[in-house]
Formats: sequence, structure tokens, C-alpha cells
Amino acid sequence: MDNTEYLRPSNLKELGQIMAGHKNRATVIAGGTNLIPQMRNGGKSPELIVDIGDIQDFSFIMEDDGFISIGAATTIAEIASSDIVSTFSPILASSARELGNPLIRNRATIGGNLANASPCADTALPLLALDAVIRILSPGDKTRNVVLNNFFHGYRFTDLGKGEIITRIIFPKPDDETTGSQIKIGLRNAAAISVASIAVMLTMEGKICRKARIAAGSVAPIPMRVSRVEQLLENQEISATLLEQCKAIMKKEISPISDIRGSAEYRSYVTAVILERNIQRALS
Amino acid sequence: MMTYSIETNVNGRPRAAEVTARDTLLDVLRDHWDVFEVKNGCEQGDCGVCTVILSGKAVNACLTLAVQANGKDVVTAKGIGSPKEPHLLQTKFVEHGAIQCGFCTPGMLTSAKVLLDQNPKANRQEIREAIAGNLCRCTGYKKIVDAIEAAAAKPES
Repeated sequence: MDNTEYLRPSNLKELGQIMAGHKNRATVIAGGTNLIPQMRNGGKSPELIVDIGDIQDFSFIMEDDGFISIGAATTIAEIASSDIVSTFSPILASSARELGNPLIRNRATIGGNLANASPCADTALPLLALDAVIRILSPGDKTRNVVLNNFFHGYRFTDLGKGEIITRIIFPKPDDETTGSQIKIGLRNAAAISVASIAVMLTMEGKICRKARIAAGSVAPIPMRVSRVEQLLENQEISATLLEQCKAIMKKEISPISDIRGSAEYRSYVTAVILERNIQRALS
Repeated sequence: MMTYSIETNVNGRPRAAEVTARDTLLDVLRDHWDVFEVKNGCEQGDCGVCTVILSGKAVNACLTLAVQANGKDVVTAKGIGSPKEPHLLQTKFVEHGAIQCGFCTPGMLTSAKVLLDQNPKANRQEIREAIAGNLCRCTGYKKIVDAIEAAAAKPES
């Protein structure tokens, strides 16, 4: 079981050569906070670990042309403390501050949080609500973009093919009429895995909601957009009656399970509660 | 069996080892280098008793591969101060009774050291957030926060 190999390319060229030669046996990590416990408990035994944590081109937070770009190997701690992220996407900043604990945030990366594709991936929800796009490097130096909403295919199953790597996450800067809110319910304040989590972005024109993005976590096999609730909100005045309708539809759209952190019934109830609270906060 | 040569600097002392790709920094610290102040608790990043300072950042040694620490500096609780010359944090932990069973103490100290390096006048809330990855199963948090707060109020000159 100790036959695992390890390679740590220091630049894109080296990475390209490694992935071209080993695409069928490479497991990519940056921090390693997902893989290491999985190896420890015997669940995973990768043939080859390719560590992209040293590649400087994958570690950045940039603002230009109306877009924010974040390198895949940027740590959650860097995102949590970034002025650019706090200014243009406070819901991503706050979800980063709630991911794991300070020790994990120093190692874990945004690319890893998405590639791991857990239903409770904390950064996935604000990124879904922000209409984020994932840039993927494929073998042969080809690049492709995938809308995050199309990236998660099933439980811990993504659009990433053999030898493919997330290189950056891109999302448009929200305009002045767009506001957001994000709430994560955990069993405690620190180091919590979410029981239920929602991120909301609303574009308002006066009292009318022109565009709504609702993302929910830990209540389905994947971090998901809740399109039917979005459609219910769009081009409507957000009233108490409409919020009640949204809560009812929300409960129908999600498919929570019962586990050690909470029952399906509780998840369903609390998801509706934090949906309403998020919308009220976004509008206040 | 595939092995890799690594070199690190632990508390100012150069160290080398032959490790597998699966060995964690925690494995190597304890099993190769006898660095026993770094404790082994949960091995999955929940408890924080293995907290070390890696290149200036507090991390879980159990969630860091040994090969990832190659060429880097590691500081443990023993590197912060010694019985003869304790760090102010260590003095304040003793004065405030912030040590019950002592198992979490090395991790608490390393997390607190990084906090005060970056934010010498950290307030209570910032202290609580900084040790959010460190569990004290004696639940002696109040005295731990008191001790760190006392060290923050009177930074070393």
C-alpha cells in the first residue's frame, strides 16, 4: 500500500508533461486536506499524487474587466482575508471564513473544495449564486470553461475527466443593484460541517426582483441551484406571501437525508428558514 | 516501496528523513525525529493537537504530507520557548492555569503564537477564532483565552 508516488511540479510546463504521461493514474491535490484523511482511513490509495500547491500561476486573486478570477490553488485563508473578495463578493468571503477552522483554511484551497464535490462544499454555494465559471486545463494544453452549475454531476462526481485540472474560478463582479447573503447552519460555530447552507444573490429594480440566484448545500447529492425558487422570485415584488410560496417550493426541490448531523425533517425545515432570512438580509 | 528524501528545519535544527508519499508530517515528526510535543489526536484535522507552524502558518501536521514540508521551516511548542527562557505565552499559560491535562497545550501555543505574530494586540474574539481549530477536551477554554489575552496585552518588547 506504500507504492504511492508523489510529484510536485513547480510550473505549468512541468505539470503539462506529468499530466500528459500519467493522466490515467494521477490524483491531483493542492493542500491535501481532503485526500490525506481518505488515505489514512484506507478509503483511497492513489497510484500517483500530483501536488499543484507549488505552482505560482495557480495562486492569485485578480480583479479586471468586470470579472474576479481566483487561482485554483489559492488557499481558503487567502480568500477569507482578501480585500478584493470582501469588496466584490462578501458572501464568498464569509463562507471562506466559515470553512473548517483556521488551521485547515491555511492548507485547503478553493479548487480542492470544488473538485472534491462534497454536497457541503462551503465555497460552492456563493460561487453558484455568483454565476461562477470553472476553467479547466485538459491534457494537450487545451483549456475549456464550464459553468459551475454544470460542473457537479452527482455525489462527489464532477465534469473533470482523466488528467484534467481546475486552474481558476471566474465570476462577474456584481453590479450596484445586486446584493447577496449567505447562511450556513452547523452544529457549532467553529470547525463545523454544514447541516444546511444557502447562498442568495438578488438583482433589484426598485421593489421588483429582476434576477435571483439561490444555491443550497447539504440538502441534495450536490451543491445545487434551486431554479424553481429563482423563477418564482424573478420579475416579482418580494412580498410576505411570495416568500411563503418560495419556502414551500424550496422544501419540494431539495432531497435532504438524515445523518449524524441532522435529520431530513430538520434540514428541510431549516433550509426554508434560512432561505427567507437570506432574502430579507440581502434586501436590507 | 517508493521513498523520498526530505529535509526540513525543525525549531532551528536541520532534519532529514526517508519517507513514503503517504507519510504525514505528523508521522515523521514523531516516528523519525522524536518530536513528541507534537501530539497525535484524531489524525483528520478535527482536534488541532498536532498544530505546528509551517513556513509561518499554523497548520495541522496530520493534514500535511511529509513530502509537502520538504525544504520548509517547522516550529513546534518547544521552538517557541524553553523552560529556562519561556515565551510570554508560555508564562501566561502557567500563571493563568491554562493547562489542565496538557494534551492540547502545544497546539494551543502554536496557534496563539502565530496569532500574536500577526496581530500582537488581538482581542478576545480574535483569540477565540484563532484557536477554533484546537480542541480542549478538559474544556478549559476560558483560562486559555485569558492567558493569550494577557500575553496580547503585554507584548514582548
